[in-house]
Amino acid sequence: MTASLKGSRRSGSNGDLILKTVVGAAAIGIVALLIGLGIELTSGSWLSIKTFGLGFITGSTWNSVTDTYNVFPAVIGTLTASALALLLGLPIGLGVAIFLSERAKGMRAGASALGSLVELLAAVPSVIYGFWGLAVLAPFMRDYIEPTLKTYLGFTQLFNATPIGTDLLTAGVILAIMIIPTISAVSRDILNAVPDSQREAMYSLGATDWEVVRKAVLPYARSGIFGATILGLGRAVGETMAVTFVIGNNINLPKSLLSPGATLTTLIVNQFGNTFDPLSEAALVEVGLVLFLLALVINILARVLVWRMTRSTRFRV
Amino acid sequence: MSLPASLIGVQPKFETKGLKAGFKSTWVLNGIDIKIPPNRVTAVMGPSGCGKTTFVRCLNRLHELTPGAVVEGEALLDGEDIYDRNTDPVAVRRRIGMVFQKPNPFPTMSIYHNVVAGLALNGERNKKKLDHAAEQSLRGAYLWDEVKDKLTDSGASLSGGQQQRLCIARALAVEPEVILMDEPCSALDPTATAKIEELITQLKKDYTIIIVTHNMQQASRVADYTTFFYLGKMIEFGETADLFENPKEELTERYITGKFG
Repeated sequence: MTASLKGSRRSGSNGDLILKTVVGAAAIGIVALLIGLGIELTSGSWLSIKTFGLGFITGSTWNSVTDTYNVFPAVIGTLTASALALLLGLPIGLGVAIFLSERAKGMRAGASALGSLVELLAAVPSVIYGFWGLAVLAPFMRDYIEPTLKTYLGFTQLFNATPIGTDLLTAGVILAIMIIPTISAVSRDILNAVPDSQREAMYSLGATDWEVVRKAVLPYARSGIFGATILGLGRAVGETMAVTFVIGNNINLPKSLLSPGATLTTLIVNQFGNTFDPLSEAALVEVGLVLFLLALVINILARVLVWRMTRSTRFRV
Repeated sequence: MSLPASLIGVQPKFETKGLKAGFKSTWVLNGIDIKIPPNRVTAVMGPSGCGKTTFVRCLNRLHELTPGAVVEGEALLDGEDIYDRNTDPVAVRRRIGMVFQKPNPFPTMSIYHNVVAGLALNGERNKKKLDHAAEQSLRGAYLWDEVKDKLTDSGASLSGGQQQRLCIARALAVEPEVILMDEPCSALDPTATAKIEELITQLKKDYTIIIVTHNMQQASRVADYTTFFYLGKMIEFGETADLFENPKEELTERYITGKFG
């Protein structure tokens, strides 16, 4: 007897239908949520957008007495603190990942224990980082790191200020510590996925361990590491609680890395209790909109870069 | 183990004495004594798991890179033990090239940079020398005519057979003395295989070649000498034709007549 081709288990059967509906709804739901968020932020900040126009982003005054709300200092604060976080966090995070994937291979148990320890860092609530930052890191920065920086690099505007500990630099350091686990955990998985045949090819040409990492492993993993970096950057841009403890919360334009400042997120959390009229409320929502757009732009740029990196098959000779 | 008459008095390029290798608790190789003649193709043949791949990976100290790997005994390259305490494995690998089972070009490098990757490691920056080496090596691997107009393309953009010849060119570029080939044709179609085999017979003029294969026809086509491994031991070593026509050991005979393996 031959089985019928028109069996009962067709693609329209119950299980398939339910699966399609559920995953489809989830996918559409996410997109709808994103669009809804954008619309809500725009309509909520409409009054502020109408009042200040582009000056909202380019102006430097936040004053509830004169009813002027501009966020340029906070945009600068967000970009500076995030850049510092990447500058300090990427080499360390990547270093940890390289150690875990390349050097600790012989000791599987040790590597996985160390790996979970690093991941545990990512699970520490940010308020704890913030409190530790205020109680321990900020005084340490004020008494040791910042005076040294001022002595040797004070001739540049970047480090020419009286060390106070609660400033952009300390915020950058706290953020670096917070994004290291993200960068290292993701990069480690990426590096582990590099086929051993690539390492062996480089070893067989007479490469040292370091040359194998630099010339075979890292190039192979570059787009993935870039993705890990963007993930870390995303966390740095959006982080609020830890930063607000140590950044000094100054809404004026910071003059150096040793000056207190504010980020878009800390501005929202600090001004939230001070909104008494529709305009200041709309302005605060617009801060959220700017943050939303900033995150969007960073992610789109990252996508484009990764796409270009993986698509380029031509090289210089 | 008696040496084939043609090799008596010949200074071996590679000689192993009691070479044992394995992982922590298990030996894969149980003491190999072999003399590999210079400027000849020697095939290492045997069933899966006989230790033939481990054997060649010991000859350029690649085996020890696997976690838990252990090696004992001696492997003499021109009489010098590559497992001596004072020997630098990096220096060993610069004299011994390797071609792997699956083609493994560097996908983020151009064809050109794949070929000169080893020279770049040695610090060669002279563009003229690099260009010359790239062309010579690609010609040596019979790939030049197919890629000369697209040297800037990714190494991964080539077909499987071309990729394998690119890997051979990459190994040739550093001018090694010995080339180890670990089943270099197992991932290739018959046409590509024929090209690689022809190439191997050309290369022995300048290089000592050790090729791992589980394909007996391939061994008889390309190899001057053949050795048969079984369960981590070398069962027999002889001139290829001799070994296939008059195997001295019963195990060898059973293998080549297809009774097991």
